[in-house]
Formats: sequence, structure tokens, C-alpha cells
Amino acid sequence: MDALQQFIQLDPANAGYLFIVGFVGGLVSGFIGSGGAFVLTPAMMSLGVPGIVAVASNMCHKFPKALVGAMKRAKYGQVDLKMGLIMGMSAEAGVLVGAYYQELIKQRFGDAGSNLYVSLAFVVILGFVGALVMRDTLKAYRSGMTEEEKPGRLALWVQSIHIPGTMVYFRGLNTRISVLFTIPLGFATGMLAATIAVGGFIGVPAQIYVLGMNSLMASATELVIAFVMGVGGTIKFAWSGYVDIRLAMIILAGSLFGIQLGAIGTTYVKPFVIKLVMAVIMLTVMFSRALVIPVYLSQLEWIDAMQPSTMSMLKNISFAIMILALALGAGIILMAILKGRREAAHPTSPSHLKLATESRMPS
Amino acid sequence: MSVPSKPPSHLSAILGWGGLSVTLYILLFAYEKSILDLSARGKWYFVVPILIAFLFSFVHGQFTGVFWEGLGFTAKK
Repeated sequence: MDALQQFIQLDPANAGYLFIVGFVGGLVSGFIGSGGAFVLTPAMMSLGVPGIVAVASNMCHKFPKALVGAMKRAKYGQVDLKMGLIMGMSAEAGVLVGAYYQELIKQRFGDAGSNLYVSLAFVVILGFVGALVMRDTLKAYRSGMTEEEKPGRLALWVQSIHIPGTMVYFRGLNTRISVLFTIPLGFATGMLAATIAVGGFIGVPAQIYVLGMNSLMASATELVIAFVMGVGGTIKFAWSGYVDIRLAMIILAGSLFGIQLGAIGTTYVKPFVIKLVMAVIMLTVMFSRALVIPVYLSQLEWIDAMQPSTMSMLKNISFAIMILALALGAGIILMAILKGRREAAHPTSPSHLKLATESRMPS
Repeated sequence: MSVPSKPPSHLSAILGWGGLSVTLYILLFAYEKSILDLSARGKWYFVVPILIAFLFSFVHGQFTGVFWEGLGFTAKK
């Protein structure tokens, strides 16, 4: 019965808290394909769940959530299944290598070293990719090119390369590209998933900017990748008996409400809104993780010792900003859905007329 | 005789899938100790949480789908 001690007592208040966080996380994942789960591990740990059980239970709620989301979005014709499976399999390899490095860093530098590594990965990757996505979003918004997306120069170059024996046709790209490009991208997605729990922050932008897929399809295809990675990850953790299925299913209860709504929402918005939500979440989370870096540096004694009260304050502020990131993303999604529904119900609304007039104007 | 309208069929789907989903959650918590004991054993018992997750995703996924449809949240054509 000792093994059972790793599982906490659940009361209705805790269950309600996880349900709500699950709903918001699901909403974001249904919309941008990923990014809703990063807050769940710290949320569970704040209830006293041991770290590894929190990671395992988070993983166990992610794959069924991704499955439901992917099926929903496949109904709307947004999923490139072949791309998702190929990238998903290489992502599995990335997860294993990422987990191996995590373990190595933990052995060498302890918990503080491991936390520092994770936070640095957050800051560097989310800072770079988030800024790139935000710049692109603002550019699209300012130029009025919010309706359609075209592959960038890098994607056109990737699509122009022909490597015999490796070319595969992908529906989402409507062209053949070499899997020698998709495999490393999937691998990087898995590495990131093993490090910060959200591979989609690389997977979705990589499909958009490197392969030339549009935001709608990239975010939907990411759900297939997340499903493949999630099943593999859950088996790994469940094999060691770390999954608390009650926690996973409570989060799933909320997140399936969210993911359905998020998926429906993608049919009402312009593609750039998906990028906007992704960029806002990435940059806010980056800020949240940057705040706690001095805490871990202090614990490693690489900088002057910090007061425990200061450490605790920085950690709390960081967690609050993380929640804010998710709330901001969810807020933008809900507003976009409501606006899209209004416009769909009243197609002659002023904004539609304005758009129609603008599109007829000579450039 | 009036033709049956959409709302009642939505309502029966919501109630049916919702009832099934709630039943699954009640069973999960009624037998939580036994289920946790099985999944904590690890090794080939990994199938326990995996099967539960698939079952819940199917039933609760259907429920949440018809729930939003019933509220009028459907995809734009």
C-alpha cells in the first residue's frame, strides 16, 4: 500500500480547481493545438502532488484530450494525419532523448540545476520563437493580410529541395517535401515537450515557417503529434506506476469542454488570430519563467544567497503570471469566437462591409 | 402533427451521454482505491490508466461535443 501514498486525498475544492484549469487549458489547446498543459503540472504540485506524479498525470490527460481535439478538427478538414504521424513518431524519439538529458542534468546539478535548465529553455526558446510569431502576426495585421497565409522564403526553399527516396506528399502543404526536414522538426518538438511539457511551441511554428503549412492546419496537426507523444509518454510513466488516473480524468473533464469549444472557435477566426494567441502566451510564459531564474541561480550558489521570503515571492509571482498567460490566451479566443459568431449571424455588419470595400480597393 | 424539431434530439443526446459520463466518474471515485492500487503496481498494469483514459475520452468527448452543439456553438459552415 506504500505506493498509494504518492496519491493525494482529493476534495471537491481541489477537484473544482483542476476542472477549471483543465477547461482553460483545453480551450487554448483546441485553438492553437498545444500550450494549454504547461500550467497543469505546477497547478497539481501546488496541491501537494509529487512532481513526477503531476507530470505523469498531466501526460495521461493530454493524449485523450489531443485525440478528441484532433478528431474534431479533422471533421473540419484541418488535420494532415500523415504529417502528424510522421512528426509524432520522430517526436517520440525527441522525448526519450530530452528526458535522458533532463535526468543527466538532475544527477549532475540536482533539482535546482534541473529547474534552471527548464527555465532557461523556456526563456530562450519561447523568447525567440514567440518574438518571431508576434512579429509575423503584427506584420499581417498592419498589412491587412489577415485572411490568407503564404509560405515564407524558408518554407519555399524547403519545398523546392528534392531528395530522392525521401519525398512524401503532404495534404496540408499540397506538395511533396523530404521527410529529412520533418524528422528533425518532430524530434525538436519532442525534446521541447520533454523539457517544458509543451512541444507545440516548436511544432506549430515549425510547420508554419519551415514547412509552409497554414496556421489552421499546423495547429490542428499538432494535436495528432501531441496524441502520439502523449500515448508514448503515458506508457512510460504508467509502467512505473506514477499516473494518478483520478487527477488526469478530472482535468480531462474540464479540458474536453474546452477543447471542443477551442476547435469550434478556429472555424470563426482569421488565421492570424491563432498566431496572436500563441505569441501572447509564449511571451507571457517566457516572462514568468525569467523571473525565477535568479532563484535557481541562488540555490546553485552561482549568485549571492537570496532570502527565502524573496524566493517564495518570485515563485508565486511567476506562477500567477503563468496563470495570466493562459487567461489572456483564453480571453482572446473567447472574444474572437464571439466576434466571429456575431459576424456570421449578421454578415452585413459594418466590419464586413469595411472588409469587403477594402478588398475591392486598388492597391 | 408537428415534425420533431432539433432541440429535443439534442437534449436526449446531452442527457444520454452526460448521464453515461457522470456514471463513469461516479464509478471511478467509488472504486478509486482499487483502481489506484492497480495502476500503482506499474509494469503491465500500465494498461489500466490507458484504457480508462480512452474510455473517458470517448464518452465524455461525445458529451462535451453535443453539449456545445445544444447551446448553439457549432462550427461555421
